[in-house]
Amino acid sequence: MKLIVAIVKPFRLDAVKGRLKELDVHGMTVTEAQGFGRQHGHTEVYRGAEYQVDFVPKIRIELAVDDSRVEEIVDAVVDAARTGSIGDGKIWVQPLDSLIRIRTGERGPDAL
Amino acid sequence: MQAINTTWVLVSAALVLFMTPGLALFYGGMVRSKNVLAVMMNNFVAMGVVSVLWALAACSLVFGHDLGHGLLGNLSLAGLGGLGHGLPGFGRSGASPLAIVTFQMMFAVITAALISGGTTDRIKFPAFVLFIACWLFLVYVPLAHWVFSPDGWLAHRGVLDFAGGTVVEINSGFSTLAIVLVLGRRRGWPSEGMAPHSVPLSLLGVGILWFGWFGFNAGSALGMNGVAVYAFINTALAAAAGLLGWLCFERVREDYPTTLGAASGAVAGMVAITPCAGFVTPMASLVIGVLAGVICAMAVRVKFRLRYDDSLDVLGVHGVGGLIGMVLLGLFATRSVNRAGANGLFTGGGFHLLSLEVMAAVVTVAFSFTVTWLIAKAIDLTVGLRVSPEDESRGLDLTQHAESAYSIGGMGRIGN
Repeated sequence: MKLIVAIVKPFRLDAVKGRLKELDVHGMTVTEAQGFGRQHGHTEVYRGAEYQVDFVPKIRIELAVDDSRVEEIVDAVVDAARTGSIGDGKIWVQPLDSLIRIRTGERGPDAL
Repeated sequence: MQAINTTWVLVSAALVLFMTPGLALFYGGMVRSKNVLAVMMNNFVAMGVVSVLWALAACSLVFGHDLGHGLLGNLSLAGLGGLGHGLPGFGRSGASPLAIVTFQMMFAVITAALISGGTTDRIKFPAFVLFIACWLFLVYVPLAHWVFSPDGWLAHRGVLDFAGGTVVEINSGFSTLAIVLVLGRRRGWPSEGMAPHSVPLSLLGVGILWFGWFGFNAGSALGMNGVAVYAFINTALAAAAGLLGWLCFERVREDYPTTLGAASGAVAGMVAITPCAGFVTPMASLVIGVLAGVICAMAVRVKFRLRYDDSLDVLGVHGVGGLIGMVLLGLFATRSVNRAGANGLFTGGGFHLLSLEVMAAVVTVAFSFTVTWLIAKAIDLTVGLRVSPEDESRGLDLTQHAESAYSIGGMGRIGN
C-alpha cells in the first residue's frame, strides 16, 4: 500500500476529483493548505501600505491506494492538475505500513 | 414652519446617530480579526457614555448662557431643562431647542467615537471610557461652545464652520494624534503587516456614513430651507469627487485603484465639505472634494515616515480633511448660497474670511492637541492606557470583552 499526497492549485480540485472518480478511486481526503515553492506569494496594498503575503493557498489531497494502482492514479492527478505554469504543485508517494477500517476492524489491503 | 424645521432636525439627528455604527463597521473592517469587537465597542460605548453626559451637563456648557468672553456656557440647561425660552443666541423661528440639542448630541457622540480609529489594538477598554468622558468636557465642550454657540468667541468673530470642520474633524484628528503619541505604537508596527481583515465590512460602513452625512451637513441648516438643500447636494458631490480624487492618485502612484481607497476618498471629500456645506456652490464642492481626496491620499502615507501609529488614519483623513475644508471655505464661500455667510477670496470678499478660517483652524489644532495630550498623559500615569504585551498579542476581543468576532464551527467549504 502507498500513500499518495498531492499539493494542487485549488481551482484544479474538481478536475482531479472527477478524474479519480472515473478511475473508481473510492476515497480521498482534502485539506486547505498554504505554502510556497517557486511560486511566491503576492503583495497587497491598503492605503498605500504594502503587505507581503508569503504563502499561497493550495489544496492537499491524500489517497491511500494499492501498490498496483499507484502509477495510473499519479498519472491521472498530474494530468488533471497541470496548467503548465509555475505553482501547479507536487505529488509524493510514500509507503503505508498499515491501514485499518474503523467500522469493521479490517486491516491491510482489505481496508482500502 | 417650526414644526417642519423640527421634523427635519429630528430626522437628521437619527441620521447622524446612525453614522456611529457605520463608523464602527468602517473601523472594524480595517483592523485584524482579533480586535474587531474591541474597536466597534469603543464606538458603541461612545453612544452610551457621551449621550448620558451630554444630557446631564455637557449640552448646557455648550449652549447655555455664556459665562463671559465666549469661553463656556453655564449650567442653565443642565439635565436638558430650561429650554422653554429658546437657546441663547439662536432666533425663535427655527426648530425646537430640544430638537437642536438632541441633534448636537449625536455630533458629540461621533466625534468621540472617531478617536478610537487611532487607538485600536492596544487601548484598555476602561481607559478609553474614562478618556472620552474627560475629553468630552475638557476638549469637545469648550470647542463646541466657541464655534457652535452664537455666543462663542470664534463664532462671534465671524468664523464660519457649517457642520463642524473644526469641532468634529480637525478636533478628532489632532486629538487622535495626541493620544497615540502617549499610547505608543502597536507592537510590531510598522515592520509587521497589519492588513485589514474585511474590506467589505469597511465598504458597508462607509455607505452608512455617506447616508448619515446628509443629516450631519444638511441638518446643520437647523431647518428645512434652501441652505439645507445646498448642504445636501454639496455633500453628495464632495463625496463623489473625493472618491474619484483618491482613486486617480492611487492609479497614478501605485497602478491599482483600491476599494478601500475609494471608500476613504469619499470620506475625505465629506470631511472637507463639512465646514463648507451650506456656504459654497455645488461646483466649488467638486473642487473641494477632489482636492481632499488627493491630499488625504498623500497624507495617510506620512505616518510611515514620521513613525506615529495612528492606526486607521484619523489624522490623515479627518484632521487633514478638516484643515483643507476650513482653508478652502475661506476661498470659495459665497453669500449667493447663504446670506448669513460671507464671501471668500475667490468670491470678492478679500482675505478677511480666509484669515478667520485659518485662525480658527490653528486654534483648534493647538487646543485639541495640547489638552488631549494632557488628559491622555494623566490617565496613562494613573490607571494606565495600554494593555499588557500578552493581551495585545492575544487580541483585545478576548482580553477586554471575553468574546470572539468570528466563531466558525467546523471547516469551511473546500473547493466548489
